[in-house]
Formats: sequence, C-alpha cells, structure tokens
Amino acid sequence: MKSLAELKKIREEAANRMNLRAAKDGYRVAVGMATCGITAGARPVLAAFVEKVAKENLDNVIVTQVGCLGECALEPVVEVFDAEGNRTTYAKVHVEDVDKIVEEHLKGGKVVTEKTLEVIKNAK
Amino acid sequence: MLVRAQVLVCGGTGCLSSKSDKIKDAFIENIKALGLDNEIQVIQTGCFGLCERGPIVIVYPDQTFYSHVKVEDVPKICSEHLLKGRIYEPKAYKEATEEELAKIKSFGEVGFYNKQLRIALRNCGMINPFDINEAIGKNAYQALGKCLTEYTPSEVIDIIKKSGLRGRGGGGFPTGLKWELCAKNNADQKYVICNADEGDPGAFMDRSVLEGDPHSVIEAMAIAGYAIGASMGYVYIRAEYPVAVERLQYAIKQAREYGLLGQDIFGSGFNFDIDVRLGAGAFVCGEETALIASIEGERGMPRNKPPFPAEKGLWGKPTIINNVETLANIPVIILNGWEWFSSIGTEKSKGTKVFALGGKIKNTGLVEIPMGTTLREVIYDIGGGCPNGKAFKAVQTGGPSGGCLTAKHLDTPIDYDNLVALGSMMGSGGMIVMDENNCMVDVARFFLDFTVDESCGKCTPCREGTKRMLEILKKITEGKGTLEDLDRLEELAKMIKDSSLCGLGQSAPNPVLSTLANFRDEYVAHVVDKKCPAGVCKPLLTFVITDDCIGCTKCKRNCPADAISGELKGKHYIDPAKCIKCGTCVKGCPKNAIVVQ
Repeated sequence: MKSLAELKKIREEAANRMNLRAAKDGYRVAVGMATCGITAGARPVLAAFVEKVAKENLDNVIVTQVGCLGECALEPVVEVFDAEGNRTTYAKVHVEDVDKIVEEHLKGGKVVTEKTLEVIKNAK
Repeated sequence: MLVRAQVLVCGGTGCLSSKSDKIKDAFIENIKALGLDNEIQVIQTGCFGLCERGPIVIVYPDQTFYSHVKVEDVPKICSEHLLKGRIYEPKAYKEATEEELAKIKSFGEVGFYNKQLRIALRNCGMINPFDINEAIGKNAYQALGKCLTEYTPSEVIDIIKKSGLRGRGGGGFPTGLKWELCAKNNADQKYVICNADEGDPGAFMDRSVLEGDPHSVIEAMAIAGYAIGASMGYVYIRAEYPVAVERLQYAIKQAREYGLLGQDIFGSGFNFDIDVRLGAGAFVCGEETALIASIEGERGMPRNKPPFPAEKGLWGKPTIINNVETLANIPVIILNGWEWFSSIGTEKSKGTKVFALGGKIKNTGLVEIPMGTTLREVIYDIGGGCPNGKAFKAVQTGGPSGGCLTAKHLDTPIDYDNLVALGSMMGSGGMIVMDENNCMVDVARFFLDFTVDESCGKCTPCREGTKRMLEILKKITEGKGTLEDLDRLEELAKMIKDSSLCGLGQSAPNPVLSTLANFRDEYVAHVVDKKCPAGVCKPLLTFVITDDCIGCTKCKRNCPADAISGELKGKHYIDPAKCIKCGTCVKGCPKNAIVVQ
C-alpha cells in the first residue's frame, strides 16, 4: 500500500459490495415471489430491480422479496414503500417496466400510474 | 444477476461450538441446490453478541434476525425466505418479554442492541474477518493512513490523550499518557505489545474482537508503533483461543500482502510488522511484566515496578502494552476526532466499555455500552433480568479481581471510579449476575479458588495468604467456621492487598472483602446458625420430608444412598447420617413434600 488513493479505491469497491448490509431509510421495493409470482416471471423482474438500483447507485433503496400478495392473477406484483410507509402496488410488472419504475418512482418520486394495481384491475 | 441478498452466519467461538460452521455449509449447499448461488452470498462473521440466542443468522437486506438456528432449519429458511421471500417464522427472533412475544424483530429493532453503542465491536458480526477488503470497506487502515500522512507522532499521542481513552484491560491507566511516557524514552528499538491474554473467567470481549475484526487491532498497533517510534509489535494471545489465533494470523498475512504492514507503509518511510506469541493460559501473564517475561521465553512471573515497561520492557527496550479492546477504539478516535470520543461517557471515563454478561441472566452475551450507563439498564433493559422469575441478588464485576455489588448499587452509573469506590472494579469487563439461589460465601470461595490456582508463587502474601483465606472460606462453607474467622479473613485480605507484588495478589481478596461488606449476614448465618440461606453449601443443608408426604415411595426408590425409609402410603423419613444431599428426592417428589433447611 503506497498511497491513500489506493486504499480509497479498495474501500469504495468493498463498500459497494457491502451496501446490502447498510441501514437504509429510503424506498423499499418488495417483489412478490411466491409460486404464483415466480411462474409469472418475478425472478427476472427482481434481478432487473437489483441491477438497475445498483447501476444507478441508489444506496438508500432496499430491493427485497416477499411472499404471495393475494392477487395471483395479476402477478408479478411489486410493492414500493416510501420512508413514511406509504404503499404503491404495481401489477403485471415485467422486465421492460423496471427502468421506468426506477427512473420515475424511485428517483423522481412520481408513481407510474399506468402500472398500479387499481389501473390494471379496472382495465380488465 | 448481482448479489441481491447476503446471509451472515455467526462464526464466533460461542456459535461455532453449537455447529454454526455446519449451518454455514448447509446454507451454501441449499442455496446452490435452489440455483440461487449467483444472487445470494453466504458470509461467516465474528460474534454478534447475543450469544444466548445462538447460533445466529442475519439475512440482508431485510435484516431478518434468526436465532437458535439448527442445521435442519436451513432448508426451510432457504426455500421459504431466500426463494419465496417469506420469513421463516419459527426461527425469527422474538423478544423475551410478554408484550413483545408475538412480534418478529428485524436486526435493527432487537432491544438487546438498541441500548448499546458499538465502537470497539463496530464490525463484529458485520464483516467477514477473513476478507481484508470488507474491513477496508468499513474504513479499516484509513486512520493509519491519516496518521502517517497528516500527523506527527506527537500529534497522534495528543489526540489519544485528549480523547480520554483509558486502558480497557483492568487498570484504567490513560492510554495517551502511556504512549507519551514511552515515546519520550530514546532507544534503538521499541515495542508495541497487544495484551490478548484474556484470563477472567467469563470474559470474552477480546476474543470476540480478534475473531470478528482482527484488522482493527492490527491497524491500532501500527498507529501506536508510529506514535512511540516502534517498528515491531507482538500480540500475546492464549493458545486456548484457536479461532482468534487463526483469524489474527490470517489477517496479519493479508495486511502484509497489501503493504499495510512491512516496509515504507503508505510511502511514508514508516516500517512496522507484527508477530503472534502464544501463551499457555496463565492468568498472571495478563500482568504486563509477567507477560513480557513470557514472551522472552522466561517463566511468566511479574517483577517489581519501576522500572515500568515504558522505560525497560521487552528485552530491556521501551515497550507499551495495550489491551485488545483499548486498541480497537484507537482507529475510530483518529477518524472521528477526540472531541467525538470524549463527548461519550462520564467525566473521567470516556467512551464505551464492553461487558461479557453471564450468570443468571436472560440475554447472555457481549454488550457494549457508553460509560455512565447504570447497572440496572445493563442487567434489566439489555440483559432481560434474571430468568425463571428469580430475584436479583448481586452482580460480580471485574472477575476474580473484582467485587460483588448488590441491588442497592443498581442505579450507579458504571465507570472506573464509581466501581472502585464501591469496592469492585471494571476489570476487563466480566459481569456475572447472581440470583437468590447463589450463596455469596460460595461465590467468594469460587473466585479465591481460581486465584489460589493462578498465583505464580513469587511473593509470599499472594502465595501463602490467598491459600490461608481459601482454607478459612472452605471451613465456613463446611459449617466449621467461627465469628473470629470472619475477622481473621478480613485482616488477611487487607494485608494481602497491601503487600502483594502485582495486581493479581493486590486484587485477589476483593471478592471476599466485598461479599463480607455487602452480605455479612450470610457469612454470619454460616458460622452462627450453621445454615446456608441460599441452599448451596451442602454440608449445611438438611433434607426433611414434611407431612405432605403421601407415601408413594418414589424418593425411597430413587435415593442413591438408601437414606430414606418408610412404607407405602405412610410418611417417609430421611436419615441425615446417610443422606449425601444430592437433591434427587426433591426433584422427583410429586407433592413437593421434601424441603431443604
């Protein structure tokens, strides 16, 4: 180790890898991953959220998985909780929707109305 | 896919002994079988502190806290939680109190941790101790870099002095002052020694720091080396800590590979290296001059001070000796500043102290609290109080060198000076809680038994005096003591305190003196009434069958000494001459008709 810059580089790389273990108080993205969700394609959606959040360096966002949310016909279901605990439920979320939800909701604070459970349900 | 979840499995000695390494392997195997090995990482960490509930597993990012995990639970946790995202409730942590019983707690909400402030233990249970990158990710070696590039050695000493940090190994000597005394002495070679010879029965904070975060100690030793002008350090650790030794040696190797130990660290021209010396586990080798003798290959015996090690230490060279926990505080003080550190704690005791909570307490484990926290907060709020609804009786702090404090001391803020004023001491931070079923005379005997065993024999007061004290105590617990014995005990105790060569002898009488002061009535009950109120000292107990006896003959059949007589459906009797006081009859009686007097 010959310089502080060298140490800083290692630290930043390691801190990124350990970010999962840091306390977070921002958005919490919960992907429904019961059997119904998994068969409807929730796994690639979860993967897309994890990757996009990491790519955008959204340090304060938790991406996690939860069990069945009861709307099995509308899976994959993704719920976004904000710091105050307000819940937004998205339905029929597919990989191609992830970018938009991250950009508009997690970064912009604006709900992607056309993918919310209410809208999708009424459209049926 | 990127890693989306991390499973942290406790790899401290406590959890390892309940098979946490097999649990770790089971997680790896099951995660692989589910095809999740690309997205979920399994990491073995150091001690999480809540040893009572071990083995402990934490799943991030949700911070789910699983306790008492067994190998057979792992497939369920994997298929439920890791695959389907449902917390596996049977093993999720719930608080011990009634109203909280139903609620599942995540790691951040567990009451045991809420009252704690973890500085020395900051990374224990958070990082993989075998991965220097994780330590660096948590700011390891940044303080060393800062010292080497921004501060002069005397500035470093100044920061430590102003922080108010005092030695955590027992004595409480100001660390900055110790460094300054050594820095002043000119010599061609100086040494830094880390005292990891943790000997108090029941104390295991130093082991946990070395097992969970060895780099914090390595970094601090290098900082100390820079401050006093030493290029060589030794960690003196007992061979009976194999996990800590292995992780420390591995960490030293990694630090050398990264150039954080060795020549010209951070291009500053400063050289420092560390070697490990294994001790054979003698209690007296925690005393600094005995420790030095042991490293030199001599018999581990203390010598007179002065000269202090800061002047003439290892191989006659100026040496500083710091305890593991003391060192673990150093890097954080450098990074956060002395102002931050000195804002925590009481007027003369700054920062935090780690205690190993044990004995009759619900949450056995390691707790780190700000100085000035009261004993009540530690024992009840963090420790959860005595189990099985028993009444709190006393708490023993400072191990064999400390004393017993009672319920009337519970609201005392914990710091070095308060504990000494009450006749106990901080020691290395053992805290053993006792309930109504502990006999204080027996407790004093237990600790004295330990010091008699561990006395090195060099000075007469300690070698002979503690042995005579133990004999008197044994006499009392056997019901052969007299009131004069109590006076003699006290006289001997004071003499040994005043005239012993080292800290071992000087503090050995403390458990006796403090129990004599706080529980004299129990001693009197032993010598005058020939009774042991707590029902511990067997020679003083009599087992009697009351009129509740229904004559079921169970006790008679179970008695290993054939001391019970009586016919079916008739009252039974115990022959005191034959009774060996084993308690088998009491445990087996369906009517609780056998009492101990």
